[in-house]
Amino acid sequence: MRRLSTGLGMLLAALASTAAWANPERWQLNMTPGATASSHEVYQLHMIIFGICCVIGLIVFGAMFYSMWKFRKSKGAVAATWSHNTTAEIIWTVVPILILVGMAIPATGTLIRMADTGDAEMTVKITGYQWKWRYEYVGTDVNFISSLSRDADAARRLGSGVDVTAIENYLLDVDKPLIVPTGTKIRFVITADDVIHSWWVPALGWKQDAIPGFINEAWTQIDEPGTYRGQCAELCGKDHGFMPIVVIAKPKAEFEAWLAQQQAALPDVSATAQTPAPAPITKS
Amino acid sequence: MAEHATHDTHDEHHDDHQQSFFMRWFCSTNHKDIGTLYLLFSLVMFFIGGFMALVIRAELFVPGLQLVHPEFFNQMTTMHALVMIFGAVMPAFVGLANWMIPMMVGAPDMALPRMNNWSFWILPFAFTMLLLPLIQYAFFGVGAGGPAGGWTLYPPLSLQGGNNVAFTIFAIHMMGVSSIMGAINVIATILNMRAPGMDLLKMPVFCWTWLITAFLLIAVMPVLAGAVTMLLTDKFFLTSFFNAAGGGDPVMFQHIFWFFGHPEVYIMILPAFGIVSEIIPTFARKPLFGYQAMVYATASIAFLSFIVWAHHMFTVGMPLGGELFFMYATMLIAVPTGVKVFNWVSTMWKSSMTFETPMLFAVGFVILFTIGGFSGLMLAIVPADFQYHDTYFVVAHFHYVLVTGAIYSIMAATYYWLPKWTGVMYNEALGKWHFWLSTIFVNVLFFPQHFLGLAGMPRRIPDYNVAFADFNLISSIGAFGFGLAQLIFAWIVIQCAFLGRGAKATDHVWEGSKGLEWTLSSPPPHHSFSTPPVINDKDLAHGDVTH
Ligand code: HEM
Ligand SMILES: [Cu+2]
Ligand SMILES: [Cu+2]
Repeated sequence: MRRLSTGLGMLLAALASTAAWANPERWQLNMTPGATASSHEVYQLHMIIFGICCVIGLIVFGAMFYSMWKFRKSKGAVAATWSHNTTAEIIWTVVPILILVGMAIPATGTLIRMADTGDAEMTVKITGYQWKWRYEYVGTDVNFISSLSRDADAARRLGSGVDVTAIENYLLDVDKPLIVPTGTKIRFVITADDVIHSWWVPALGWKQDAIPGFINEAWTQIDEPGTYRGQCAELCGKDHGFMPIVVIAKPKAEFEAWLAQQQAALPDVSATAQTPAPAPITKS
Repeated sequence: MAEHATHDTHDEHHDDHQQSFFMRWFCSTNHKDIGTLYLLFSLVMFFIGGFMALVIRAELFVPGLQLVHPEFFNQMTTMHALVMIFGAVMPAFVGLANWMIPMMVGAPDMALPRMNNWSFWILPFAFTMLLLPLIQYAFFGVGAGGPAGGWTLYPPLSLQGGNNVAFTIFAIHMMGVSSIMGAINVIATILNMRAPGMDLLKMPVFCWTWLITAFLLIAVMPVLAGAVTMLLTDKFFLTSFFNAAGGGDPVMFQHIFWFFGHPEVYIMILPAFGIVSEIIPTFARKPLFGYQAMVYATASIAFLSFIVWAHHMFTVGMPLGGELFFMYATMLIAVPTGVKVFNWVSTMWKSSMTFETPMLFAVGFVILFTIGGFSGLMLAIVPADFQYHDTYFVVAHFHYVLVTGAIYSIMAATYYWLPKWTGVMYNEALGKWHFWLSTIFVNVLFFPQHFLGLAGMPRRIPDYNVAFADFNLISSIGAFGFGLAQLIFAWIVIQCAFLGRGAKATDHVWEGSKGLEWTLSSPPPHHSFSTPPVINDKDLAHGDVTH
C-alpha cells in the first residue's frame, strides 16, 4: 500500500513537473526536453504534434461517444438514410492537409538545423562493436573503449543472484564514459565494425545508426555540465541490451585538462597502430 | 477428435455432398472449407505467437534476467513477429476472403479452386520449416535455435545466425508463394465471377479493400523474396550484396525490405478497414457514409504506401532531401486514413445503434486504431522520430494498429460471420466478456509502452534499468490478462464450430444486415451461388450509391 501511494505520488509529480529529465526516472511519462538547443526543439515538435493529436482525438472520439450515447436503438433512435455530405467531406480532407502543412514547416526547420554539422570545433569518432563503443578524439591520440560497468555486467547474468535494483544506474553505466566540453559544437562521425548499432543519448535529442562501411554524421552542443545516459538503440545481437552510453559534459577548461592528461598517459604514440576500418562509403 | 466433430456437423448441412475426411480437408477445392482451414490455422498460430509474447513479457516483468538467456529472448521477439504477421494476421484475412468474397459477389466459389488448395497447404509446411530450428533447440536441445536478428532480418546481424538463416528464408519464400497465389485468386474472382449487376462500384467495401490488398501483395511479396534471396547467397554462396567489406551495402537491404514492409503493413490493415466498413452500417442500421470516398481513400493509401518506406529508416543517415521527402509523404497518408475514420463516425451519426459483440469490436477498432494512427503521425515527424525510433514508443504504435487494429477486425469479423458459417449463434454474453476483458487488458498492456519509449527504453532488450520497472510490470500484467482473455475466444469458436452448441442462427442473423451473403442459408450451401442472384441496389450494405 505504501509503495502504491508513493508510486502514485511520483506519477503525479511526473505529470506536474516540467523539469528536464537528464536521465530516465521512475514513472516518467514524457520525452526529456534534453540538454541541448536541438533537443529542446525536438521536444517542442513532439509536444506540438502530440497536442494536435489530442485536439483531433477529442473531436473524433467526442463525436463517437456522443453518437453512441445518443443514437442507440434502445433509446428509440431512428436511423437517418443519408450517406453523403460533400461539404463535410471536403472540409475533413482540406483541414487536415492544412494542419499537416503547418506541422511540416517547423519540423523542416529543425531537421535542417540538425543536419548541419558544419563549423564544428571538435570531432569525436564513435565506432560500435558487439557490444561496446570506441571513442576517438579526432586530431589527438586519445581513444578508448567504453563498455558496461563491471558490477552491472556481473549482476545481469541469468541466475546471478544479485538484486539488480540495488545497483546504481543499472545497465546505464559504463567503465569509461565519453567526456566532452560544454558550450562547444561537437561533430560526431559514427560507424560500426561488425553489425549495425545505434548511438542514442536521449538528452542530446537524437540517435544515429552506426553502420559498418558507412560514416554517419551528427552534432551536439551541450550547454550544462552533467552526466547524460543512453543505450544502443539498434538490435545488435545477444548483448544489445547491455551496451550503454554515458556522456559527461565538463566545462571547457576542465575538459582540456582531462584531454591533456589522457594524452600524456598514453604509452608510446607511434606504437599504438590503429586497426584500419573497412573502406567507408561516404555519402555526399 | 475435434476434427471428427467438425466433419459430422458440416456433413449434416452438405448431405448432398459426401466426401471422406481426407478428400474434404486435404484435397479441398471448396472456398468455404479452405477458408475454414485458413482461419483455424491462423488461430493456432495466434496462440503460438501469443505464447512467445508471454515469454517476452514474463522476462520483462521485473528488471534482471530471470527466465531466458538474451539470445533466446531475441529468438522469441523475432519468431513472435514472424508468426503473428505471416501466420496469424495474413492467413486470417485470406481465410475471410475465401469465405466471404464469393458469397459477397454472388459467385459459386473462388475462380481458381485448385490453386486455392495449394496456397493453403503450403502454409503448414512453411511454418514447420520456420519453427523447426526453434523447436529443435527449445525442446530437444539440438542446434542453436531460431533466427534472432529481428523480424526485419537486417544484415549483417541476421547473417550471424547459423543454418536457421536458410530455414527462415525458405519458409519466407513459401509464404510468399502462398500469398501471391491467394492474391491472384482474389483478383480473378472479383474481376470475373461477380453476379450480373454487381458492378465494381457496388461491391461491398470488404471486396474492394481485398482487391487492392491483392495487388499490393503481388507487387511486394516478390520484392521480399528478392531481398531474402540475396541474404541467402550472402550467407552461403559468398556474395556481398549487403556486405560492406565486399563492396556491398547493408543499408540497401533496409531499403528493399521496407519497400516490401510498408505496403505489408497496409496489407494487414486494408482488409480490416473493409470488415469494419461492413459491420458498422449493419449495427448502425444506416448505409455506410461515403462509400466511394472509402474506395478512393483505400486506393490512395495503397498508392502512398509505396513511397513512404524510408520512414522506417530516418536514422540510417539519409541525405536531408530524402528525409524531407519521406516525412512529407508519410504525413500525407494520414489524410486518406483520416477520411476513413471520419466516414465511420459519420455512419454512426444519427443512426440507430445496438452493440452486439461484432459492433463492440468494430467500435473498439475505430477508437484504438485511431490512437495508433496518431502515434504514427507523431513518428512521421523526423526530428521527433530521432527520439522515438527503435523505442517502446514504436512498439506501442504498431501494436495499437496491429492488435487493436488488424486482430480486432478479425475478431469482429469472426463474431459477425460465425453464425453464418456454422449456422449456430455464438454465446453473446461470453462474447461481451471477451471484448471487455481484451479491451481493458490490451490498454494496460500497450498504453504504458508509450511512456516507456518516451522515457528512453529501447525496443528488443531483455533487461532494463529500474526507472523502467513500474510500467514494464503493468504492461506484463496486461499481457497475461489479454492472453487469458483469448481463451474465451477459442472456447466460443469451439462451441460454435465443433460442438454446434448454441441457438440456431437465422439466415439473416442480424437485424440490420444487408448484402448477398445474408440471402444464403446459415450455414450456406456447398456451392454458394449456383445460379447468379438478382442484385437489388437497396439491399447492399452501403445502400444505393448511384443517387
Ligand atoms: C497514420 C498512419 C501511419 C503512419 C503515419 C505510420 C507511421 C509509422 C512510422 C513513421 C514508423 C517508423 C517508426 C520508427 O521505427 O521509428 C512506423 C512503424 C511501424 N508501423 Fe506505422 N504508421 C501508420 C499506420 C500503420 C498501420 C496501419 C500499420 C499496420 C497495421 C502500421 C504498422 C507499423 C509497424 C509494424 C511498424 C514497426 C516496424 C518495425 O520496425 O518492426 N503502421 N509507422
Ligand atoms: Cu545494439
Ligand atoms: Cu511504414
